Amino acid sequence: MSLPRYAARRLPPAFAQVAAVTTVIFLLTELLPGDAAVVLAGDSPDPARVAQIRAGLGLDRPLPERFAEWAAGLARLDLGSSIVSGRPVAEIVLAALAPTALLAGLTLALLVPLAVAAGVGAAVREGGPLDRALTSTGVALYSVPEFALAMLLIAVFCGWLGWLPATAIDGLGPAVLVLPLLVLLARPLSSTGRLVRAGMIDALHAGYTRHALRLGVPVRRVRYAHALPNALAPAAQQLARTVDWLLGGVIVVEAVFVVPGLGTVLVDAVADRDLPVVQGLAVLFATTTVLVNLAADLAAFRLVPRA
Amino acid sequence: MHDQLTRRAFLGAAAGAAVLAGCGTGPSSSGGGGRLRAAFAGGGATEVLDPHLANLFVEAARAKAMFDKLADLGDDVAPRPRLAERWEASADLRTWRVTLRQAVFHDGKPVRAQDVLASYARILDPKGAYRARSSLALIDLRDSRAVDERTVEFALQRPFAEFPNALAAFGAYIVPAGLRDFSKPVGSGPFRFGSWQPGRSVLLTRNPDYWDGAPHIGELEFLIANEESARMNALLGGQVEYAHDISPATARRHGSRARFVHSPNSNMQAFAMKVDRPPFDDRDLREALFLLADRRRLVDTTMPGAGQIGNDLFGKGYLHYAAGIPQREPDLDRAKALIRRAGADGTTIELTTSQAASGFVEAATVFADQIRAAGLKAKVVTGDKDTYWSDILKRGTLVSFRSGAMPIETHISQRLLSHSTTNATRWARPGFDALYDRAVSAPREQDRKDAFDRMQRMLHAEGGLLVWGFADGIVATARDVTGVRGAPMNTLDWARFDKVRLG
Repeated sequence: MSLPRYAARRLPPAFAQVAAVTTVIFLLTELLPGDAAVVLAGDSPDPARVAQIRAGLGLDRPLPERFAEWAAGLARLDLGSSIVSGRPVAEIVLAALAPTALLAGLTLALLVPLAVAAGVGAAVREGGPLDRALTSTGVALYSVPEFALAMLLIAVFCGWLGWLPATAIDGLGPAVLVLPLLVLLARPLSSTGRLVRAGMIDALHAGYTRHALRLGVPVRRVRYAHALPNALAPAAQQLARTVDWLLGGVIVVEAVFVVPGLGTVLVDAVADRDLPVVQGLAVLFATTTVLVNLAADLAAFRLVPRA
Repeated sequence: MHDQLTRRAFLGAAAGAAVLAGCGTGPSSSGGGGRLRAAFAGGGATEVLDPHLANLFVEAARAKAMFDKLADLGDDVAPRPRLAERWEASADLRTWRVTLRQAVFHDGKPVRAQDVLASYARILDPKGAYRARSSLALIDLRDSRAVDERTVEFALQRPFAEFPNALAAFGAYIVPAGLRDFSKPVGSGPFRFGSWQPGRSVLLTRNPDYWDGAPHIGELEFLIANEESARMNALLGGQVEYAHDISPATARRHGSRARFVHSPNSNMQAFAMKVDRPPFDDRDLREALFLLADRRRLVDTTMPGAGQIGNDLFGKGYLHYAAGIPQREPDLDRAKALIRRAGADGTTIELTTSQAASGFVEAATVFADQIRAAGLKAKVVTGDKDTYWSDILKRGTLVSFRSGAMPIETHISQRLLSHSTTNATRWARPGFDALYDRAVSAPREQDRKDAFDRMQRMLHAEGGLLVWGFADGIVATARDVTGVRGAPMNTLDWARFDKVRLG
C-alpha cells in the first residue's frame, strides 16, 4: 500500500475519535458533582442565589439542548464563551497556548536528538560502562515524581547555587525555562532512550545487518543507514505517546513554576465547572493527540513499510 | 491525573517550599516609591475585575485597592466610616442618613449620592446574583433617595441598628453610576487601574489624589500563583515582595529568611452538628462532643504556633462577643456519661470533610480519634472540594466548617435563624429568632447588648457549632517591606497596600 492511500484510510476514523472524545468529556464534566453556579456561589451557597446564578448562566436548560448548541457553535468554529468570566473560550485557550506550546515544543525538540544519541550510544557498546550508566540514570529519573524532582531542582539550582529563578511569575525568560524543561524531559528521555537502545540492539543482531557486514559494508553505514531506521519505528510511536503524557507533566510543572499555560487553565476550568472552557481544551487536546498519533503511524509506515 | 494530584498533595506537605536564599531577579523599581509585587492564589484565566463579583482573596484585595465601600470593618470587626463621613439613624432605626466625604473617582468626577444608589441598585438586581445582595436586601430602594450630592437617605424594610454592617458588607463597593465596562475599572480607591493579563497579572498605579492619603508605593502588581510553595519560592527568590496565605508549617521553616505577619482571628475553625436530625438532635450528645473535644490538641496539630483555641462561639475578640462565658475544658468522663444517657454507646458518627480549606482533613482525622476515645465509633468521609459548601447545607450530620471574619450579627443572621439561607447546623428556634430581632432593633443599646449575650449563651450551652479554634492568616513579605498590619483577613487593614512602604 502507498503512503497517500494509507493516510487517506486513517483520516475518517481520526475525525470520529475527536468527536467521540469531546462528547465523552462533555458528559464526564456533567457527571462531576455540582455545576458552575454552585462553585461561583463559593462559601455563601444560599440556595436561592445558586438557582439565580444557574438560570442566569442558562445552566438550567436540559443537557441535550446545551450540547447541541455547543456542537453547532463548533461547526461554525465558535468555541463559545466562558461561563465564569464571559470571555471568549478561543481567547482564553489561545492566551494559554503559547507558554505550553513553548514548553512542549522545546521538550520534544530536545528529546529526539538526546534520546537517539543516548539510545544508540548505549546500544553500540552493549553492557559497557556508558550503557550501564545511562540505564541506571534512566531508571532513577523515571521513578521520581515530577513534583519532587521540581522541588529538588529548585532547592539545588536556586536555593543552593543561586543560578536560576525559582518561578516564571514575572515572565518566561530563557533562564526560567531551564528547570521546567529538565523536569519535563526526565521521564520521556529515559523511556524513549531505552526504546531506541532496545530497537538498535535488535537491529544490530538481525540477519540483514550481519549480512551487510559480511558483504563488506562499512560498520558506520550499517549502523546508521540499515539498523537505525528499523530501531526508530517503535521510538516514533513512543514519542507520540510522550505527547499525550506531556500534558500531565505540564500540569504539574505549570503549577510549581507558575506558568499560566493550558495545564493551569484546565485545572481551573474543571474546578470552576466552566464547561465551555473544558470543552475548548478537549477539542484542542483530542485533535493534537489524534494528529500526532497519525503522524507517528505514518512515520513508522514510512520507516518500515510492512503494515 | 488523579494519583498525580494526590501524590502532589502528599509531597507538597512533605517537601514544602524549597530552601532558597535570595536568588533570581531582585526588586524592580519604577520610581515614585517603587513597585510592590504581591502573589495571591487566584481564579486563573476565568477571573473578573468586577468588584461586585469578588469571591476570592485576590479579588477582594484588588477591589479594595481600586474601590471604596461606605464603611469597612476594623480589627474588632465593627464598622468604620470610609466613603461615608458619618451616619445617623432615625429614632425608630428605620431611616438612615449617610453623609459622603469629599472624594473623586479616578476619572476626576466626584463621588455623589447618585453613584451610591446606582451601585446598590446594581447589587440588588435580582438577575445579578451578587454576593452582597443578601446584606443589602433590607434596603427599600424605592423609598431611599439622594437628599443632595453628598447625602443619601436610606429607607429600610424594618428597624435595624446594625445597618453600618451592611455598608461594610463583602463586595458592597461604590462604582460610578455609568460604569459598564469592568475590564477597565474606574473607582475611588488608592490605586488606579493600569493593565490586566487575566490569570497572570493586574498592574495598578498610585492615585495621588486619594482622600485617605496617597499610597507610599508607585505601583502595585497582583500576580497569581495557586501553589503555596510557588508563592513562597517566588518571595524567597526575590520575584515578589508579598506572598499571601502561607501555611504555619512554611512560616516556621523559613522564620529567619523573610518576615511573616500573622493576622489573628482570621478564620474560625469548627465542626457543625446538624441539630434537626439524629444523632445530634439529642442535646446530650451535642454536649458530649463539646466536652470530648481536645481543642488544644486540634490547634497544635493543624496550626502549630498560628492559632488559638475557641469556645464554641464565633467571633472571638469581635464587637458583641460574649467574653464572659468561661472557656470550656475537656471532660472525658462527663462526655462518656452523657453518651450513655443519650443511649448512643457504640454509635457510628459520620464526619464529613474535604480539601475545601487547608487543615480540614487533618483536623477531621484528629477529631475522629477524640470521638473514638469517648466510646463512639467514627468514620471520616471526604467529599468534593469544589462543591463542599453547597453539599454540607443539605447533607451530613457532622461536618468540617470554617468562616472568615464578619460581624457577629451577620454570622447569626446568615447562619442561625429559622429562615437563614446558609444554616449548616439547622439551628431553628423561635425564641432565638426573637432575641435576634431585639438585638438589632431594640431602641435601647443596653437591651441590644443583653440580647446578643443571651443568644451566645444559648449557642454555647446547646448549639450545633463546635468552634475549636481560630487560625491566624499568615502573609510573608520581603525584608524591606514595612507597614503590613496583622489585621483579620477581609477587614479594613488586611491587604492595605496603600499603607505599605518599600525600602
